[in-house]
Amino acid sequence: MMNDDIEMTGEQPKQPLLEARNISKRFPGVQALDDVSVKFYPGEIHAVVGENGAGKSTLMKIMAGAYYPDSGEMFLEGEELSFSHPDQALKKGISIIYQEFNLLPQRTVAQNIFLGREPSKFGLVDERQLNKMAREVLVEIDAEGLISPTTMVGSLSVAEQQMVEIAKAISLNAKILIMDEPTAALTITEVNLLSDLINRLKQRGIAIIFISHRLAEIFAIAEKITVLKDGQLIDTVMTDQVTTEDIVQMMVGRFLDHYFPPLGSEDDFGEVILSVKSASNHKLENINLDLRKGEILGVAGLQGSGRTELAQALFGVEPFKTGSYELNGTTRMIKSPSKAIKSSLGFVTEDRKAEGLCPQQPIRDNILLTVRSIQRLFTAISKDGIKRAPKLVPELGERVDIRTDSFDRDVDSLSGGNQQKVILSKWLASEADVFIFDEPTRGIDVQAKASIHDLIRDLTKQGKAVLMISSELPEVIGMSDRILVMHEGQIAGELPAQASEVEIMRLATGQNGRNGNQHSVVLGEE
Amino acid sequence: MTTTTTTGKNGFTSTLNTTWQIIKQIPPVFPIFIILFIIVSYLSPTYSSTVGILAFLRRTAPLGIFAVGQMFVLASGGFDLSIGSIVTLVCLVSSLLLNNDPANAYSSIGIMLLIGAGIGLTNGLVVSFLKVPSFIATLGMMLIVRGMALYWVGGAPKGYFTDNWRMWGRGYIENVPIFGRFPIGMIVLIVVGLITWYIFHRTNYGKQVLAVGDNVRAAQLSGVKVRLVRTGAFVISAVLAVIGGIMFGGYGGVNVTIGEGLEMSAIAACVVGGVLLGGGKGSVISVIFGAYTLEILFSMLNLMGLPKPYKDTIQGAIIIAAVAYVALSQRKRR
Amino acid sequence: MTTTSFSGTRVKNILKSIRIPPVYYFLMVIFLGGGILDLMYGGGQIFGNPKIMMNILVRSVALGIVAVGQTMVIIGASIDLSVAYVISLTAVTASYVMQGDPANVPRAIITVFAMGAVIGLVNGLIITKLRVNAFITTLGTSLIIKGIINSTFSNWAGSVPRSFEFFGYAFLGPIPVSVIVLLLVMIVGWFVLKKTKFGAHLYAVGGNKEVSRLSGLRTHRILILAHVICSMTAVLTGLFIVSRLRAGAPWVGPDGLYDLESIAATVVGGTLLAGGRGGVWGTLAGVLIFSVLDTTFNQLGMNPYLTIVFRGLIVVLAVASYTIRSKKEAA
Repeated sequence: MMNDDIEMTGEQPKQPLLEARNISKRFPGVQALDDVSVKFYPGEIHAVVGENGAGKSTLMKIMAGAYYPDSGEMFLEGEELSFSHPDQALKKGISIIYQEFNLLPQRTVAQNIFLGREPSKFGLVDERQLNKMAREVLVEIDAEGLISPTTMVGSLSVAEQQMVEIAKAISLNAKILIMDEPTAALTITEVNLLSDLINRLKQRGIAIIFISHRLAEIFAIAEKITVLKDGQLIDTVMTDQVTTEDIVQMMVGRFLDHYFPPLGSEDDFGEVILSVKSASNHKLENINLDLRKGEILGVAGLQGSGRTELAQALFGVEPFKTGSYELNGTTRMIKSPSKAIKSSLGFVTEDRKAEGLCPQQPIRDNILLTVRSIQRLFTAISKDGIKRAPKLVPELGERVDIRTDSFDRDVDSLSGGNQQKVILSKWLASEADVFIFDEPTRGIDVQAKASIHDLIRDLTKQGKAVLMISSELPEVIGMSDRILVMHEGQIAGELPAQASEVEIMRLATGQNGRNGNQHSVVLGEE
Repeated sequence: MTTTTTTGKNGFTSTLNTTWQIIKQIPPVFPIFIILFIIVSYLSPTYSSTVGILAFLRRTAPLGIFAVGQMFVLASGGFDLSIGSIVTLVCLVSSLLLNNDPANAYSSIGIMLLIGAGIGLTNGLVVSFLKVPSFIATLGMMLIVRGMALYWVGGAPKGYFTDNWRMWGRGYIENVPIFGRFPIGMIVLIVVGLITWYIFHRTNYGKQVLAVGDNVRAAQLSGVKVRLVRTGAFVISAVLAVIGGIMFGGYGGVNVTIGEGLEMSAIAACVVGGVLLGGGKGSVISVIFGAYTLEILFSMLNLMGLPKPYKDTIQGAIIIAAVAYVALSQRKRR
Repeated sequence: MTTTSFSGTRVKNILKSIRIPPVYYFLMVIFLGGGILDLMYGGGQIFGNPKIMMNILVRSVALGIVAVGQTMVIIGASIDLSVAYVISLTAVTASYVMQGDPANVPRAIITVFAMGAVIGLVNGLIITKLRVNAFITTLGTSLIIKGIINSTFSNWAGSVPRSFEFFGYAFLGPIPVSVIVLLLVMIVGWFVLKKTKFGAHLYAVGGNKEVSRLSGLRTHRILILAHVICSMTAVLTGLFIVSRLRAGAPWVGPDGLYDLESIAATVVGGTLLAGGRGGVWGTLAGVLIFSVLDTTFNQLGMNPYLTIVFRGLIVVLAVASYTIRSKKEAA
């Protein structure tokens, strides 16, 4: 199924709006893109998928003018492009919305939308005109009820900020809108709204290109899918002519039917090691949970349902204010991370970069950080790390399969998957008995994902207990021996293993047993 | 590698490669210091004599100590602008406490150390609990300490330093083999250097300081007691400022403005020694060499006949150049 | 929106949109505190005396003018430690060029402003093009200037003609000229920051340089201009000082602690060191707080060294009041 076929299947032949031809780009040590050619048509919703490192981001950045290709050309409506600065791309109508958003939280919505293009007379900003123009753009995307031009962007929700970014693109007369993981941080309702907006933008002839790891959403929203693997274009297909299995196979080149390690059975589960009763703090209410040795307790829920807050409360970052907390036989509220670690609790956080690693420190020191922090302050260390266990670091490195030539390298230089493994080793080193994982495989390629899943299951086989928070329902269902579903800071319910996505969603959206009536974009495809 | 007849050539290139790898690791401050030192000993016979070298080392020891203290704070991600005032306090108040009576020397030193620790503790607490950025907190502390020092002595130094107080900065140990007389100040520096090297490079504490400076959130979530670590760095910095201050006052005289600007020199020494201003990197030896490099630069300029005021100009230019060099080489690595 | 709007509602809307920086409550507290001390120890002489009140304002001029420039630079997430020596340089150069002759005044003024612009330009270029940290850069340039001054002038240099002293001493009606200049500088500073494109862009660059760059802003130019403005305000302060002292000396800048105090006034006024927010009116309050303190202590005959202590305390406490609520760990 090649591009040419598409043009011949009865659709009006259109000239591609944006065309990348034979694009190649090399970074030190890796060929990011290798002779990739793709065509994007106006009014088309086009998803780009691939594992981490497949080249999706690089391709997008080249199109947006943030990177230079080593070879190959790009054409916009037939005219060859060459950018030396990202804002040239903006002027040509190519807008990109990054996952982290390029917004200034301390400036207003209007100021953000028109940054650098403020209406002015003699160097003075015309505030009234600025706000008026902002309002007009917001109307165009049907957001004028939600967002006011004079609000500080910092006080908006993630979804609202995304709207501001889209408004920015519209105000630049974007013909092509590139979005990097647009739904990663959105709730189901918000995803639906975004999908409606994308469809409206499509009606205006804008080409929408988005990168996503969420196949279910892609199948619901996108018309075309381009698969990249190892920097090469595998294929571009029409969504309605393929299945998710086909896509997955194209992404990894093998059929992944044993995606997850097998679940545990009753014999594997031991006594309760962590027990929380009637616990609350200002973000959580009446939390009751029991965690047994040898089991994986999955925690599902929509964005904002309190899952990360639960993890933070359990770990002592934002402790519970009331209730009882029993861990490993001791009944005592955990009030700080260091106490949590001393009680054999480990926490692999959601955000690797911001919360998990010290980028300029060697891998070795990152791995040993937890161990060191619970030892006495002035304990001597040796060159290999810890006096009593000189082989600890290499052993752990091997166990989790960290790919590096030396543990003295700064951890900054590793790939995302490897960095996650370093973080995992850090917690293995602390010899925790209970592990909390918050989005353990987010943004990690399929192969590293599978090895991390295996590692997590291995932990339980050694008698450890695991609490795993995840937004990826297949992961929750595939890995959990029991599933807790959270909603609005409370536990909405508990489900047994292999519960269906519908059952989980029902509880996650606050419905108990009633018919799940929303037309959820995410559901429907397996 | 396969053993072939061309092993000789391969072996040579690979040795060259490994040597280059090792060379790349050496902090730039060392070769710079050596080069400057050679130039200086060329320009003046004093600097090639043992006596002259020891005098130079003695004179610069205090700055080395200040720099090490500052390094702990910089590595943890902060700034300590109060050390200059601590030196002022130490010198002015000690002359008062000593009251010309040698018996008071050790008690006054003890009092100063306690006060220094208290200042460091306060700095640490303000930064950790009131969440005031260290730049501002230590700036405020600098004013407070200076004001208190001047208030305490009524605006002018009183009394004299006794010999047994001055000896730390000025004195020598006689009859030392090879050297003849060895400055006590150098001994203090070496002892302080060894202790701080151990603390920073060979204990958990040092690693935690670096972690806090690198990514405080990650450190916190890994169980590091951030507040304790940070406060400790400020205490170390302040205590070392006291020690260095005693040596500084002992070496030179004392006047009302003594100590002003020392925190900047200490920061400059750290920067030359390769410490990143954002935190996360540091080395005791490099920093001490940084202090010596600064001083030898001034000596060199002095010898070249540059009038004293230009010393500041050159210092300024050097600092900028040193940091620009580091910034450029870092960018290349990325 | 309705087609006609009463001027009344218009005024009300404008008044509503003026947010009083919280630092003014501080100022009031200090003022009241001073007043109470006055009643207790000074017999009510101080705060009731209009001459002394005016003195507070005049005392604020020197620091106030340069603090406006520093505020701009800090909003841009930069900093300028060289202002003290720019002030000294201005004082000695102006005094030297004038040599007490009114005919030389225009030449002197042009010379010092040109020097200030060059210094600001150099600061800005080193920070942006050589990527050297602002703290180090301006520390370095301050030392460079210090060396140049001290090697050229070792003592008072030249003198200022009577005619120029009007800046420091003259009155326009009941108000000193210098205070008017201060207010003008404040208003211009406010205007530039809040109403011009440059100001909007400066806030953006200070808030997030990368985002600004990607939106097409010329971040380097903006920062360089901010530094030039800052140096120019330092020059203006230098001119004010030299007109008060009637001659210039190398130590006037650092002696007055203008570098650290302009930073202190700015942060006390609510502008964060991190950049991206803040404004000149807050800084003015910061400056006034210091002046009220100084004057009160002075008049009450309190030990001048204690004022230094108080200054330090105010700086820490004021900033703590802003930061104590934040969840993040400070640096």
